[in-house]
Amino acid sequence: MDKVIQIEVLRYRPEQDEEPFFQAYAVPFTDDMSVLQGLQYIKDELDSTLSYRWSCRMAICGSCGMMINGKPELSCHTFLRDFYPHKLRVEPLNHFPIERDLVVRPDDFIRKLESIKPYIIARDVRRLDQGEYLQTPAERDRYEQYSSCINCMLCYAACPQYGLNSEFMGPGVLALLHRYNMDSRDSGQAERKELVNAEEGVWNCTAVGYCSEVCPKGVDPANAVNVNKINSAKDFFFNLLRLAGGGK
Amino acid sequence: MKDMQPDARRPYVRPMEGWWRKNPFFVRYMARELTALVVAAYAFVLLIGLLCLAQGEAAYNGWLAVLRHPVSLSLHAVGLVAMAYHTWTWFEIMPKTMPPIVVHGKRVAGHVVTAVGVAAAIGVTLVLFLAVWGIKP
Repeated sequence: MDKVIQIEVLRYRPEQDEEPFFQAYAVPFTDDMSVLQGLQYIKDELDSTLSYRWSCRMAICGSCGMMINGKPELSCHTFLRDFYPHKLRVEPLNHFPIERDLVVRPDDFIRKLESIKPYIIARDVRRLDQGEYLQTPAERDRYEQYSSCINCMLCYAACPQYGLNSEFMGPGVLALLHRYNMDSRDSGQAERKELVNAEEGVWNCTAVGYCSEVCPKGVDPANAVNVNKINSAKDFFFNLLRLAGGGK
Repeated sequence: MKDMQPDARRPYVRPMEGWWRKNPFFVRYMARELTALVVAAYAFVLLIGLLCLAQGEAAYNGWLAVLRHPVSLSLHAVGLVAMAYHTWTWFEIMPKTMPPIVVHGKRVAGHVVTAVGVAAAIGVTLVLFLAVWGIKP
C-alpha cells in the first residue's frame, strides 16, 4: 500500500460537539479498496471513535449510503482510486438528521415506508391448497425495476424538495408504492390513493430528477412519482365528473 | 422533522441554505426552471401584440416599432438562447415525467424520447419560421 489518500470525514459527537466539523485522515490504500474500506481502515488503525453504518459490502443491503464529495453514494460501491491524488470528503446522507458522525436517523423514512403498505394486498386471499398467485413475465415487467429498491435512501439525500420539506413522501417510498400498485396480484391502490394525492404525496415533486441519477440499483423513482401525478390528476377529474353526474 | 422531540441524543439538522449552488445538477435544474419564465414573458409580449391589434392599425404598428428597437432585438436574442436551453432540458427530463412507452414489448429508451422531442421541436420551429417568412409583406 504505497499510495496515501486524504479522507475528510464530517464528525459529530452529540455529547461533546455543538456542531459537526471535518476531521482529516491519511489513509494508505490499494486500487481495489472502496471508500467503505477506507473508513474501516480509519476505524481499525487510526481512530476507533468514528461511527458509520455498513453491512454487506456489495451494494445489496443499502446501509452504507453517504455523501461522497457532495454526491449521494453507497460507500461500498465507490472506489478510493477514482479520487486519488485528490482528497475526498465524506459526509452523512443529506437531508436526514445526524445521529453521530456518518450515521443518520432514518426514522422519518421508515415511518413513511410503513405507511404505504409495502406488501401485496390481495383482493381474494388464496388458501395454501389453492396454490400461488400467478403472473406472466409481461405483468412482472411492469413493476420489476421498482422492486430493485434497497431502501438505501440515496434518493432522499438527492431530493432538494425533501430537504426543504420533510413532510414530502419522497422518491424511494413513492417508487415502492408504485411497485405494489403496478403488481397484477395487488389490489391495494385505493388504500394507497390518499397518500399519492396529498400535497405531500406526489405533488411536492418538481421533477428535479436527481433521485433517478443517484440510484445505485437503476430504479427510476422520478418516473414513478411523475406517472402518479398523472394518475392523481385523472383521479381528481373523474371524481369531478362523478360529482357532476350526481354520484358520491 | 416535526415530531422530533427534544432529545438527549441531540440529532443535528443541517441547514439548506444555498443548496442549489452546491451541486452542478441543481444549478442546471434551477436554470431550467428560470428559463421557463422566458416562455411566460414571451406569451405576455404576444398577448400585448394581440391587444394592440384589437385597438387598431396605429397601435399595432406601434407595437411592431417597439419590437424592432435594438433593446427589444437584443432581448429577443437572449430569449432565444434561453428558450433553446429550456427546450433541451424539458425534453431531457421528459423520459422521467411521462409514462413508459412500450414498443414490441420493449420500453423505449430515455435518450430516444429526448431525441424525438428535440427533433420535433426543431421541425415545428422551422415550419413556423418558413411559414412566417412566406407571408412577410
